Amino acid sequence: MAKGVKPRVKVPKSASAGEIITIKTLISHQMESGQRKDKEGNVIPRSIIHRFTCEFNGQSIIDIILAPAISTNPYFQFEAVVPETGEFKFTWYDDDGSVYEEIKSISVI
Amino acid sequence: MKLTRRQTVIAGLSVVGVATLPLPSFAANVPLVGLPDEFTRGASVGSGNIILNTPEIAENGNTVPIHVSAPGAVEIRIYAMGNPVPGVAAVTFGPLAAAQSASTRVRLAGTQDVVAIAKMQDGNFISTINQVKVTIGGCGG
Repeated sequence: MAKGVKPRVKVPKSASAGEIITIKTLISHQMESGQRKDKEGNVIPRSIIHRFTCEFNGQSIIDIILAPAISTNPYFQFEAVVPETGEFKFTWYDDDGSVYEEIKSISVI
Repeated sequence: MKLTRRQTVIAGLSVVGVATLPLPSFAANVPLVGLPDEFTRGASVGSGNIILNTPEIAENGNTVPIHVSAPGAVEIRIYAMGNPVPGVAAVTFGPLAAAQSASTRVRLAGTQDVVAIAKMQDGNFISTINQVKVTIGGCGG
C-alpha cells in the first residue's frame, strides 16, 4: 500500500429532494507516472490510482479511469442529484491492488 | 470534404500515438484510457455542445486545472496529445450525475493541444480542442 493515502471528500450534510449538489474529492497520493528517473537513471515504476468511482445508494454517479497524466493528489469535482436520504460511497483503486473507500451520508429534508 | 484543423489533428494522432506507446510495466488488468482511435473506433467526430476549459498559459505543467462539460454525454475522454502517454482520463456518467461535467487537475509535458471527446447517448462523437502553453513541463525525466 502506498504511504500516506488519505481520502478527503466534501459533501453537504443535507439537501432537499432532487437537489443538485457539488461534490469535491481529493486523495493524497503521489501518482508516480512511470516517466521519471531516479539519480542513477533508473525509471521509477508507475504507481497511480487508476480508477475512481462514486455511487449513491448503489447507483452510479461517476466512474473515472485515471491515467498517469492526472496530477499528484487527484482532485475531482462533479455534480450529483440527491433523490433521497442515503450514502455516497467513494472508491479509489490503486495500481498495487489497494482499494480506498470513503462513505458520506446525506439527509433529505 | 474540407478538413478542419480539428479533424486533421485527430487524424494525425494515431500515428504519433503508436510511435511513442510505451510498454506497460503494471498489471495487465488495469483499465487504460488509450488513444482517441480506440475510443471512437473510426467513427467520424463532429463538433457540438462540448466545452473544455483550460488555462491559456499554465506556469506549472504539474497541475493544470481543467474542466470539461458536455450535456447529454455518456462518456467523456480527455487526451493530452503532447504527453508521453496521451490518455488523461475517461469519465463515465451514471444515472445520478446531475451534469455531464467534471473538473480535475492534470500534468502536461509541454505546450500542446488538449483534446476532449464525448460519446453522446445516440452514439455520435463530438470533440473540442484547446491549446495550453506550458512554461515548465510536468512529466519529469
